[in-house]
This record gives sequence, C-alpha cells and structure tokens, in this order.
Amino acid sequence: MREEPGAPSLIYIDLHLVHEVTSPQAFSGLRARGLKVRRPDLTIATTDHSIPTSDRSLPILDPIAANQVAQLDINCKEFGVPHYGVHSEHQGIVHVMGPELGFTQPGMTVVCGDSHTATHGAFGALAFGIGTSEVENVLATQCLLQRPSKTFKVQVDGTLKPGVTAKDIILAFCAKVGVGGATGCVLEYTGSAIRALSMEGRMTVCNMSIEAGARAGMIAPDETTFEYLKGRPFAPKGEEWDKAVAYWKTLPTDEGAVFDRTVTIDADTLEPMITWGTNPGMGVSITGAVPDPSGIADALDRDNVEKALAYMGLEAGKPVLGRPVDVVFIGSCTNSRISDLRAAAAVLKGRKVDPKVRVMVVPGSMDVKRQAIAEGLPEIFREAGCDYREPGCSMCIAMNGDQLQPGQYSVSTSNRNFEGRQGKGGRTFLASPLTAAASALAGVVADIRSIL
Amino acid sequence: MIPFTTFQSRVVPMPINNIDTDQIIPARFLKTTSKEGLDKNLFCDWRYETDGTPKPDFILNTPRGQGAQILLAGDNFGCGSSREHAPWALTQFGFRAVVSTSFADIFKGNALKNSLIPVVVSPEVHAKMFLLAEDALVTLDLAAQTLALPDGTKVEFAVDSFSKTCLLEGIDELGWILKQTPAIEAFEGGRALSVNTLG
Ligand code: SF4
Repeated sequence: MREEPGAPSLIYIDLHLVHEVTSPQAFSGLRARGLKVRRPDLTIATTDHSIPTSDRSLPILDPIAANQVAQLDINCKEFGVPHYGVHSEHQGIVHVMGPELGFTQPGMTVVCGDSHTATHGAFGALAFGIGTSEVENVLATQCLLQRPSKTFKVQVDGTLKPGVTAKDIILAFCAKVGVGGATGCVLEYTGSAIRALSMEGRMTVCNMSIEAGARAGMIAPDETTFEYLKGRPFAPKGEEWDKAVAYWKTLPTDEGAVFDRTVTIDADTLEPMITWGTNPGMGVSITGAVPDPSGIADALDRDNVEKALAYMGLEAGKPVLGRPVDVVFIGSCTNSRISDLRAAAAVLKGRKVDPKVRVMVVPGSMDVKRQAIAEGLPEIFREAGCDYREPGCSMCIAMNGDQLQPGQYSVSTSNRNFEGRQGKGGRTFLASPLTAAASALAGVVADIRSIL
Repeated sequence: MIPFTTFQSRVVPMPINNIDTDQIIPARFLKTTSKEGLDKNLFCDWRYETDGTPKPDFILNTPRGQGAQILLAGDNFGCGSSREHAPWALTQFGFRAVVSTSFADIFKGNALKNSLIPVVVSPEVHAKMFLLAEDALVTLDLAAQTLALPDGTKVEFAVDSFSKTCLLEGIDELGWILKQTPAIEAFEGGRALSVNTLG
C-alpha cells in the first residue's frame, strides 16, 4: 500500500490467523507497549499444536501445554479476537479450519505465525508464514513490511494415474528442486493437472511450498474455487457473492506473464512418491532407490546424504519399498481433510491393518470430524484397527505427546521428515494418504497400485 | 533495541547443509509462553544424549563452541518452521551472526529482528572459512557490510538497507510502522469499497 524511499513496502493484511505456539510473546509485546489489536475482525485464532488428540472432556495433563492453551484463551478474550478454541465446534488445525469456514478468499493477503500458511494460496490468496515479531506487528497495525519475491512457475500437465495424488505432485516438486530450491520465490502452480485437482488437493500442494523454501505458493482461482467457497459460513452472501466472484475472476495471472524460473512436472508419468531422508526434498518414487552417496562429488553434499541415511537406518542404493514400519500417521494440515480421510478409508474398508503397526488417523478439524461421522468413516477406521483421534496437529509436530519412539519408522501424510520432527529419534517417510493406508495394511512401505 | 556494533569473534563451524529450525530448537520446547531460557535447548538433540549428558563430540560442547559469536553453517540455514524461537535460542546462547551461502526466508527475517545477522557469502569464501584456525578472529562490521578475515581480506555481504538502519540505530520496526498509522487509516477508508474483506 505504501513505499518510502529506503523502506520496504508496507502491505495490508486481510486475514491474520493465530495459534497458541507462536502468539503468546506477541500478545505480551502488545501489553508491554499498551497497544490494542487493530483489527480483531480480521483476526481469528484456534488451538491446534499443543493439545492432546484424546478425549476433549479431560484436562490437559502437561502443565506447560495447558498453560499455553489457557494463555491463548486469555489473550483472545482480553484483545477481542475470536477464538475457535479446544471446545469450539469449529476448532481445528489453523490451515484446515480457516479455509473450510470460508475465511480464506481469493485475492486476500493472509498471514499466520506458521510456515504452512502457503496452504491458503490454493485460493489465489497471497499467503505466507511470519515470525512472532511480525505477528505482533500485524496484531498492532494490520500491516507488514514486505520485500519483493522472485516468481517461479510450476507447470504440471497431464492426468494423474490411479494411486497418484496431489501429495505426490508436491513431493515430486520438492525432490526436483530440493529443500532450498525455491528460497526467495513465490510459486504459481499451473497446468491441466493442477486445474483438475479439487480445492483440497490444491491445498495439499500449496501447503508444502515452504518445503522447497518458497515464501508462498498460489493457484489461480477458477470455478472449482468458487464452487468450494459458495455457502461457507464466512464467504460473501447474496449480492456480495456476485460482486466477489466478478472481482475474483479478474485475479489470475495474465497470459504470457514472465516468471523468473519455471519447472515442469509430467503428471502422466508421475508415480507415488515417498521421502527417504531427513528433509522433504529427499524423495523418490515409491519404486525408486535411495541415493548412493559414493556417487556424489561434493564432499558436504555427500556427508549430508550419508548423515541422512545413517539417521534413517537405510542402505544406500536400496528401495524404501518393503521396509517394515512401526507407525502410520494420517493427519496434519497437508492431508487431514475429508477427502484425505475418504481416500484412506476407501483403502482400509473391510480390511485389517497389520497388527504390528500403530495406525493413527487424526482429522484436521471438528468440521472434518463431523463430516467423517456422517459418512461412517470412524467405524471403517476402527474396524480396520486404526486409532481414530480428535482434531489437532498431533504427531505432525509431536508437541502433544503423540510421538514416535527413538528408532521407530513411520509412514506419515504430514509435511516434514526432519530429524526428531515426529519424536526424538523417530524416522519419517512422507507419503500420500493412499500410500500410508496401503503401508498400514502391509506393515511395510507399500505401493498402493498393487492393491487397487 | 540496542544499536548493533562491530565485533570480533572466533568462528564455530557446523558443516551441515539445510539445518532446519526443528534442529535449532525442537518443537517440544515451544510450549513456553516466554522468549527466555531457550539457549539451554539450542540444538538439543545434537547436543545431548537421551539422559541429558552432553555429547562430547558436538561442537557446542567443545571449547571451540563456547564464547564465540559467529556460527558458520552449511547451505540453506534455518529452513522449515517459522518459529522465532530459533533466533531467540541462538542469540541467548551468544551468537550475533550466522554465516552461510544461503538462508531460509522466514529465518532470515526473524534473525534480523533479533540482532542476529544472516551473512551470505560465496561458496568459495564459505569453503575458505571452514579452514580457519580454531583461534582465528573474524571482524563483522555491519555499517561497512564486511567480514574481515584473519588474512586481511574483507568480504562484503548484502543486508536489506532498512533492516541495517534499524539495527545500527536501534530503531524498532513496530515503532516505525506505528508511525505510518495515518497512511494505514487512509488505506482502510478506501478499502471499505473492496469486496474480498471480512470486516
Ligand atoms: S499440522 Fe503440522 S505443519 Fe500443520 S500447522 Fe500443525 S504442526 Fe504445523
């Protein structure tokens, strides 16, 4: 909105999402300066990271987590911010509940003290993660200082084969450019395979933009976007709706726009993907082999691959397929929406998971949970032998007691396989809900296509 | 904010690429509502055994890792989560600069807001710095945007000019944005006509 010589641009934030982990110090900062929240009407909070995914009527046993959760309640009451807290009927992972309630709309600027805020780019919003100092800035002024980013086009054409999903597109992109490959960039995903995705699939893709280092990832809004938004509680209504759609239709990037960089992915030949290492860029197709460090020329790169293989307990040059797993985690802001649960349930229906495997299914929000009940999904999961839990981030970040034990292997539908991300010493293979469900049945990393 | 001044320090090498913020400060320490006390868990899972004893080989547990203000890390430092707890933990431990060939965007922004300078150097300088003697001293001059190496070479690095001014003059960013309130109000006035808003 404003540029001063020598100062970065000031941008106005249309939607600010807040959660319990990255906001307490920002609210303390406001208090210390005697400031108010400038636009509580453009701010919403939820509690997702630190809360147990067990029975909600029980108190939180971890006193530090309980204090953090209580603090968000106190802060929201004091500053007048609407809070979809632990006992709200709309509580959920911030990047699941925001879009599903219709808060996220095309053309908005959306921020959250959370790196997966890029999820909201699926609607054609400019959405990015910020740190706690910036959370404080936005609470106080509704503005941020912003530096220009480079533009990066991700062109995905073709038709995904059965068993291949939105998650595989984004894992393939991360594997192609590497964990830092899109640093400093805003991605635009485009092409026939992206257009063919549902909004939930598009959110899965945009969600992991940060895993390639991108600041944000966007998809131009189209009929799929409008169809999804129509009738959502906070979407525009009546005449406002028509005006909004007319405006949203003006948003897509001009034909022939020039990007700083372009990468293409062929959807026709894409296979299910899985990560083998300790960052999301270390991925291969499910039938592929993990790299052999002896073939890597750069000493530091070689060291890093060796270190990752040692941490993961994997042998160079061998496939991940067939490796025994201890845990399967279906959840997180990447893959805990109703379509993800439906996909997993379709695989598990009438079957039994391997008894050696602990299979956790964690819906992304209370709304997802209700819809799943309406469709009879919890029974399918329970009959198959899964542990079906209450909404939250859960073992994606392992802050709440849901975690791997040292050395355990998990196939997870979440977005990060960093060392210890899912519990100290835990080893994560990132994959789609279909691959996760197939692996739960087999007790080993499995190729969903073998049981389709 | 305290104005940032030139300093001289030994260098703590950590030759690992893609050090993510989950390694810098694991998520289980983010249940706090304060900024304080994070230094003791900096690089926790690399630094301590499961029983809490320090791992003798980890650099921060060696004399070289103590009392220095410059961390020399592999490429793409600070990727992953947006947690500002990462620069809080690093600065509380005593670091005032991290040198790498590249930084993750959110980490870089967070670092600058906490007087931790993300210094980007070329791969050649980066490789050369890993060969520095244990007691070699490097001088970081933010005003001149240079790192002075013991052999006399001065390496220039880029810093966003606004951040640099804020750091050198001790200007706090929120204070600066608050001064733009008339412009923010004017923008909000015009924005009432826009259709994509909630408020
Ligand atoms: S599900 Fe995982 S990645 Fe998503 S917001 Fe929660 S902790 Fe972050």
